[in-house]
Amino acid sequence: MGAQLRQLRRRIRSVRSIAKITRAQELIASSRIVRAQQRMQAALPYEREITRAVSAVLSYDTTAEHPLMVAKENPQSAAVLIVTSDRGFAGGFNASILREAEALAGLLRERGIEPKPYVVGRKGIGWHRFRGREMHGEWSGFSDNPSYAHAKEIGETLVEAFTDDNGIDEIHIVYTEFVSMLTQRPKVVRILPLEVEESEEAPPGGPLPYYEFEPNAQAVLDRLLPRYIESRIYNALLQSAVSEHAARRRAMKAATDNANESIQRLSLQMNQARQAEITQEISEIVGGANALAEAAAGKE
Amino acid sequence: MAKLRVGVVSPEREIWSGEADMVIAKTVDGEIGIMPNHAPVLGILVDGGVLTVKRGDGDDLVAAVHGGFIAVANNDVSVLAEAAELGSEVDVAAARDALNRALASIDAESTGFDAQLEAKRARARLRAAGVEV
Repeated sequence: MGAQLRQLRRRIRSVRSIAKITRAQELIASSRIVRAQQRMQAALPYEREITRAVSAVLSYDTTAEHPLMVAKENPQSAAVLIVTSDRGFAGGFNASILREAEALAGLLRERGIEPKPYVVGRKGIGWHRFRGREMHGEWSGFSDNPSYAHAKEIGETLVEAFTDDNGIDEIHIVYTEFVSMLTQRPKVVRILPLEVEESEEAPPGGPLPYYEFEPNAQAVLDRLLPRYIESRIYNALLQSAVSEHAARRRAMKAATDNANESIQRLSLQMNQARQAEITQEISEIVGGANALAEAAAGKE
Repeated sequence: MAKLRVGVVSPEREIWSGEADMVIAKTVDGEIGIMPNHAPVLGILVDGGVLTVKRGDGDDLVAAVHGGFIAVANNDVSVLAEAAELGSEVDVAAARDALNRALASIDAESTGFDAQLEAKRARARLRAAGVEV
């Protein structure tokens, strides 16, 4: 009986220290969500302006052509940029993004396209390494706090691979979209080749003016499109970062709650065990005393 | 007189926004001055250029702008910089340091990094901070 009591005490101690760790992780994640969200907000004006500028060039010159907009007739391979996190402790965050990436790879193969993974985040890299899958690009160390320089680096690699004749024919991004604090969902978007959508609706912010271009529309488009791609990638990285923090906070909150529940259950068991031990000791003493008394009575 | 609504944004943040009487920027075709009621323009900015926003009361805004675009329409001016820094935010000592290092590696003809570009950027930052170079 004493052994059981000791064991329970030890378990409670260890669960309590786990709860402390998960609680700390939860608090860290909550404070970082706010900062990550602010960064996402701060990136919005640029994104809006660059999208507007691209629409302006394309609506001015609907015949404008650019290598980044041309879909190849017979796509052979596609780059899939998978945005995962560097650290775990985030519930199903990485699992769901990798599952989505696998589903996309399956779809691409059905169309006869070979998917080529480009991976962001240590978790995704480890996942691919473990399965012996070849990665064509890997970046890590910034998943929870990406800067534009990172997006630029990724964008340049991808655009280069796309414009190279023997390279890839399509580029997809798989990332986690931040819908709200409670909902984040994996999302797949094709960023290249760009699709030009004909729309009758007026774009947000009023109809587009007829710009004069300096030096000319083609040169502006040549410079704008890569920036636009980078801005899209940057947005995916930022959304993924916010989602990572939100997922981590939720997972750690659940872990803390479970730990506290375990502590309660174990305390109950421990108290029962202690009570049983005391009862047993008492009955042993009483039994012993009775036996002695009986023996004494027998002698007389 | 109508005023210009100016926004200077970089991918990571909105650097400055407000009203102004005139905006002077350097595009690949040369310097361009924008005043209210200017025709719509979309231009490419040079790397290491200096952007001046004149606000009338002598309180001009100067920023070093590295690459990007300027879009003007209906008295809205948006400057989309790849990287930008307000003159008041420039760390003069650091910029001077960067310039000297870049110049040294141009002299040494080392090919480690794009020294010409670095020098240009450092010069723009110093000019934006109001230091003559």
